[in-house]
Amino acid sequence: MSAVDTVRRVVETHAKITVPVATLADDSDLYAAGMTSHASVNVMLAVEDAFDIEFPDALLTKSTFCTIGSISAAVEGLLEAAA
Amino acid sequence: MRMPTAIAKTPDARPLDERVAYVADVASRFAGEVDAAARFPAEAVDALRSTGLLGASLPTALGGEGLTLTQLGAIAAKLGAACSSTGMVFAMHHSQVLSLSRHLGGSPSLAVLAGRIASEQLLLASATTELGIGGDVRSSSCFVDLQGDMVHLVKNAPVISYGSEADLVLVTARRNADSAPSDQVLVVCDAAHLELEATGGWDTLGLRGTASMGYKLNARVPADRVIPEPYDRISNETMLPACHVLWASVWLGMSRALVETSRQYVRSAARRSIGSVPPGATKLVDLIAELERFESLVDGLARRTDEISDDRDALGGIGYQVSINNLKVTASELVAQIAIAALGITGISGYRNDGKHSVARIFRDAQGAALMVHNDRIIANTARLILVQKG
Repeated sequence: MSAVDTVRRVVETHAKITVPVATLADDSDLYAAGMTSHASVNVMLAVEDAFDIEFPDALLTKSTFCTIGSISAAVEGLLEAAA
Repeated sequence: MRMPTAIAKTPDARPLDERVAYVADVASRFAGEVDAAARFPAEAVDALRSTGLLGASLPTALGGEGLTLTQLGAIAAKLGAACSSTGMVFAMHHSQVLSLSRHLGGSPSLAVLAGRIASEQLLLASATTELGIGGDVRSSSCFVDLQGDMVHLVKNAPVISYGSEADLVLVTARRNADSAPSDQVLVVCDAAHLELEATGGWDTLGLRGTASMGYKLNARVPADRVIPEPYDRISNETMLPACHVLWASVWLGMSRALVETSRQYVRSAARRSIGSVPPGATKLVDLIAELERFESLVDGLARRTDEISDDRDALGGIGYQVSINNLKVTASELVAQIAIAALGITGISGYRNDGKHSVARIFRDAQGAALMVHNDRIIANTARLILVQKG
């Protein structure tokens, strides 16, 4: 399973958006789809838990958690750095 | 007696922050072992040598890097976060380097000696306490015995931190056999001119790597190794300010490490209960606020000391002396409190000696801060100062 699939599953559980996640593209804006900043913290924690990683402060920005694609890219970067 | 150290032929050309990060990495890797075995952090001190950092506080004219106390404090904090004992060795070493290099008094031989600290990366220790004088470092019973162009000095020192690892030991003593206990001078002793007979070990709750053992010290050194200026001035104008700022910086670094472990613990707890704020999070807010107060306290005194570093009247002034004494007392209390709060947040994970959320080692180290030169003694000294202070 690629990082994107896991991120999609996390977004489905924690982002509390108003449309089905399956209808969102990887570059769809999650905030525009109704994700609150509080929900984005839960997404961050759940992504950290799913991949056993920790986002450094530099990545804890609104843009990192803006789309499924941007979250996946950040995750892959961290996994590569740890490898 | 330590063997002469091989010095790298080419100086380490990396920027300061890279060299510091390298030493901190080495210190961090060996911190657990140093603590468990209560042994000197030899790997980290070798890294300080190979990166040229033992000479960093010397002026460039003497081959050093001319770092300010603020810069030295930033390094001490980074090393302290990695390994408390390494941080303390760095702090004590540079306090001694500054006590020598700022008080050469025009002596060519002392200037040559100071230059060797950079060119040979010498490690400096100090022997200021003495058995039988009740722990008061501003009074000595031992004395400098002038014999021709040599001086002889015998001192029973209950503590010389990393004494058997040092290349130079700065020793306080009465100026001569007839001097009053407070009429002290500082004698710079080469390891080669010293006999150190260990009188006690160092098996303690924390700061176990400082190897602060007791020694009977017997030195025979050239007479020009006695710093002419009275120790009273060296102590007021350099040694106390440098010690208190650099110690406080080490404790600040230890506090940062404690707060970082607490933060990681709270975040991992949050991952286990997504959607609810874990109970440790609100305590962590208080802890971070306390750390921020600690940061500004240390930074303020380091900067103030740098600003007046060439103004001997200001350094010796009562107002500054009170502040620099209070820094030691307050900083040592803060690190102990932060350690207790970090334990409260991390719970049994922090209490463990193993695991990534352990705060046990630094917790133990932190409790030593108030005792090394006991806060009670410093407060008593400060109380005497404010009696004569004009508002």
